[in-house]
Amino acid sequence: MSSIAVTAQTAGKGAAMAAARRRDSGSRAARAASRRPGRVTYALLGVALVISAFPLYFTLLLGSSDPVAIAQNPVPQWLPDSSLFQQFATVISSSQINFAKALWNSVVVSVAVSASVVLFSTLAGYSFAKLSFRGRGPLLVFVVATMAVPTQLGIIPMYILMSEIGWIGKVQAVVVPALVAAFGVFWMTQYLSEALPYELIEAARVDGASMLRTFWSVALPAARPAAAMLGLFTFVQQWTNFFWPSIVLNQNNPTLPLVVRSLQATYFVDYSLVMGGIFLVTLPLLVIFAVVGRQLVAGIMAGAVKG
Amino acid sequence: MAVLSPSQPAPARSGRPPRPPRRVGFSQRLGRWDVKLSPYLYISPFFVLFALTGLFPLVYTAFVSVHQWNLLGGQGDFVGLQNYVDVLNQPVFWKSLANTLSIFVLSSVPQVILAITIAALLDQNLRAATFWRMGVLVPYVVAPVAVSMIFGRMFADQYGFVNALLGIVGIDAVGWHSERFASHLAIATIVNYRWTGYNALIFLAAMQAVPRELYEAAVIDGAGRVRQFFSVTVPQIRASIIFVVITSTIGGLQIFDEVRMYDAAGLGGPSKNWMTTVLYLYDVAWGNQKNFGRAAAVAWILFVLIIGIGMVNFLISRRISTSGPRAPKVSRSHTRVLLERARAAGSSTTTPGEDR
Repeated sequence: MSSIAVTAQTAGKGAAMAAARRRDSGSRAARAASRRPGRVTYALLGVALVISAFPLYFTLLLGSSDPVAIAQNPVPQWLPDSSLFQQFATVISSSQINFAKALWNSVVVSVAVSASVVLFSTLAGYSFAKLSFRGRGPLLVFVVATMAVPTQLGIIPMYILMSEIGWIGKVQAVVVPALVAAFGVFWMTQYLSEALPYELIEAARVDGASMLRTFWSVALPAARPAAAMLGLFTFVQQWTNFFWPSIVLNQNNPTLPLVVRSLQATYFVDYSLVMGGIFLVTLPLLVIFAVVGRQLVAGIMAGAVKG
Repeated sequence: MAVLSPSQPAPARSGRPPRPPRRVGFSQRLGRWDVKLSPYLYISPFFVLFALTGLFPLVYTAFVSVHQWNLLGGQGDFVGLQNYVDVLNQPVFWKSLANTLSIFVLSSVPQVILAITIAALLDQNLRAATFWRMGVLVPYVVAPVAVSMIFGRMFADQYGFVNALLGIVGIDAVGWHSERFASHLAIATIVNYRWTGYNALIFLAAMQAVPRELYEAAVIDGAGRVRQFFSVTVPQIRASIIFVVITSTIGGLQIFDEVRMYDAAGLGGPSKNWMTTVLYLYDVAWGNQKNFGRAAAVAWILFVLIIGIGMVNFLISRRISTSGPRAPKVSRSHTRVLLERARAAGSSTTTPGEDR
């Protein structure tokens, strides 16, 4: 990643792509030495894939069935049918579930937190990676050390604070505590220290750009690949986040994971409705995954962290 | 002292800029301040927000834990360590700790083994490699609460899917919601479902960084595929294995979502068979007791425990990684190596042009 990124900065996009191609073909040639895998490999991977997908398919099956059949059969039917859409309609229109509001809140929280984490991480990462200032080393060590600190154990004072300022039940109570992430700073520092050559910064400075302008026009574009990955992972993490939202929000103003909880509380006897709702809750992220799954895979393999 | 000061256009990566000229115009002086202050300005949002939302609550937890403090009544008298004594005298606390450790071990060990196996399968010259990689990552985008609800149904005691499968091979139905160990197994399965594919991709990245010459040498020495796997692959990805174990420790000791949604009541079952420590914390603070002081004591005990186990992990991993062969150059393990170096040296981790 590093050398190609540097090439992109110094010699232009075309050269970077050529370099990437050369590198890939090199490793491919080395790889060709090991022959194509046999059927057993594909069969085993197929099993892994079925296990990955089956629980989601299972929700569709239960969602298509009726509660009586579910109570008496491990698998009430093998194919989903159109009654699934009735469950969807019931969940969406239910006044106890607040589905539309939950969807909107989830979008707001995930987008706001991702944007903020990416912006502040890139700013701090640029500063740590490329600018020198007194105390840089110890401060960076501090950032790294905080990555291992389980900050979610501070929920009790956080809750007291939120009720003091009257934010209980409001979306900002979920957004504000998540605005920065130590991992993000570390990740952007790592990336920028390799992907952004000093020559570019110096060139901008010589041309008379202010520090902020240099950041905006030179560092930010160079940080884009890593920033995109960081944003993606923060988005998934926030979208699936349950612990803190479940404490500070309520059924009237939920996020999507809280909908799962209220589905269970509201319809716990009606499993088909619960499962239909769960699929509905999962669907948006599945759609996003279909589009950006490739980037998620690349991000994990490049060293992104668990959410 | 920045990368470059306006009065000195030549590259000056290190060392102080020369003394500025005696007479400087306003804009030049502004530029110098810009250079001096900007680095601090850029890192300040992180530090200010982190201090407010991360550090302060953690420290304040200690303050709450030595007071009588209720959800409704607010701050009460100073009671010293009484809350800690109360917590440590509660059998449920110890049960929750045992449950947490049991679920953690049941989820981490099989998960690492499975993930390495899947990674080894993916680390071949596959057709449609991206398709397979995305396929194993699907569970990652499903919210843990949803996964838990789905698996809670599949692991139903009566007419559950898993029990039906077991019935086919002639095993009696298991009480996934009534027996303690069985419930831990089911909850560990929920955790494994979400994270195995994710960790497999981490291992895959490490495996792809293993120098191919090592395999060639192994082949020349007459090693079969299995022997290659255990003698070349596993030692080479050791750093990544340690990394995954450490991250899953920090996460595994704080498991909440999965147990909260495993049954309708969400409080660990009738005999607290699957109540974890964080769920216990939740129950003390917002459940029946509404006792913030005591919950804060639970939080601090857990905090110290996690940091302690993390330290032990770190020391063990440092011993392993220094005595072992060179770590593969994958960024995740590279990250960990840098992390160690930073902690050991107490200095900057971002030397430009560091090898990768």
